[in-house]
Amino acid sequence: MSNNSASPDDAAVNTATGKLALGWALVGVPLAYGVYETLTRVAALFG
Amino acid sequence: MGFLDRERTIAPAGFNRWLVPPAALAVHLCIGQAYATSVYKTALVKHFGASLTEIGLIFSIAIVMLGLSAAIMGTWVDRNGPRKAMFTSAMFWVGGFLIGSLGIFTHQLWLVYLGYGVVGGIGLGIGYISPVSTLIKWFPDRPGLATGMAIMGFGGGALIASPVSTALLKAYDPNSGAQGWVASGDAVGKLFLTLAVAYLVYMLFGAFTIKVPADGWRPAGFDPAKVKAAKLVTTENVSAKNAVKTPQFWLVWVALFCNVTAGIGILEQAAPMIQDFFRTSDGASAVSAAVAAGFVGLLSIGNMAGRFAWSATSDITGRKRIYMLYLGVGAVLYTVLALAGSSTTILYVALAFLIISFYGGGFATVPAYLRDLFGTFQVGAIHGRLLTAWSAAGVAGPLIVNAFLDAQGKPGQLTAASYQPALLTMVALLVVGFVANRLVKPVSARFHEPRPDRERPHEPAMEA
Repeated sequence: MSNNSASPDDAAVNTATGKLALGWALVGVPLAYGVYETLTRVAALFG
Repeated sequence: MGFLDRERTIAPAGFNRWLVPPAALAVHLCIGQAYATSVYKTALVKHFGASLTEIGLIFSIAIVMLGLSAAIMGTWVDRNGPRKAMFTSAMFWVGGFLIGSLGIFTHQLWLVYLGYGVVGGIGLGIGYISPVSTLIKWFPDRPGLATGMAIMGFGGGALIASPVSTALLKAYDPNSGAQGWVASGDAVGKLFLTLAVAYLVYMLFGAFTIKVPADGWRPAGFDPAKVKAAKLVTTENVSAKNAVKTPQFWLVWVALFCNVTAGIGILEQAAPMIQDFFRTSDGASAVSAAVAAGFVGLLSIGNMAGRFAWSATSDITGRKRIYMLYLGVGAVLYTVLALAGSSTTILYVALAFLIISFYGGGFATVPAYLRDLFGTFQVGAIHGRLLTAWSAAGVAGPLIVNAFLDAQGKPGQLTAASYQPALLTMVALLVVGFVANRLVKPVSARFHEPRPDRERPHEPAMEA
């Protein structure tokens, strides 16, 4: 990507960052929930 | 169908490659539900008036279909690209749930076999391999990390599906508060419909956001010559048709088969096994059902974490070395488990956790291993063919463990000593896998695809 024009580049970076955050949140949040739920069961092992 | 074609998925310049793993994860998190079927197993036994074995067959059919469809459809997946493959996988996986729910609502078990088992199983196979070669192409500098992220999702999918399914079954069944409650068939049917809708949305998100790199693309600062410096890593390409003719393919097949069989040996029996290992002289177990359930949960975490951590580590150590760890150290850990596992629960839990992390690591590392040996050309198709080792292990693992345990006594009366023959058989299998992995050498040049700049090399006098 060119750095000659700051505004379009900034917009592209913001879009990519937004997409990255959304994409990872869509898969990361359910996964974190699953890990949390499992860890609460695992707690019985050490309780 | 133009939107699904490979040409429509080529990434524009400046595309951020870290957008690809979430797309891959979206598919693997959904198909990972296959490992959460135990949530409604008892409900289906009651609903159909069937045996545990008859209901367990649904899962077995799905895993066999996974291996078959991955093997048969691998070349199609490589040719048509990840978007069409993910879309097709979504249709089969979701279709499997819909047909399965119809079977539950109409009390026809064969429809559940056909739906979840056959149709859903095809979705599993296509979905499992669909993002793998794309990830390897986006992350030529870290293929183990990339495939580890996606295949971790398959382990993680069960962690999500299990509590969500339990909550939904409770919500759909008005009798859920009753003592000794088992979910009704109606509740399981509604659960299937709900999962179908949720998985359709997620898998289509994956299909519509996945991109393939343009020809010749490479990450900034990446030097392929450095990768080639590793002895086993090739910059050549071998077709799927030729790969299965090489000893390397079958050596890796044996290594994966042994690793998976050994892991399934523990996973299949996890909850009763820990209770049997710590049985007191009066026949009762020192480990309660709740603690055993916690242990199963810990193994799920180990399975998932191992997929990511060990596969990512293989980018540093090399694939052959990390397989030596899975199989060699795995054999030692299994031996300690068999001979001294019943001394303390901490030791038992730690050993089982590590063994299961190696089991998961084996799955996640193998696509990168294949990339190293056969190049990226048809790595998806080769991976698909290799997954028949998983199907075979899915049959062999439980068969070995159950046959030995049946000979030792009845469930509820087994002790740590009852498990020794089965566990020591697994040690022998791991040693076989270790030897097979040790024998892996670079693939002979006669299997390489011809390149435009030079002719196909002459056949070597002796196979490497």
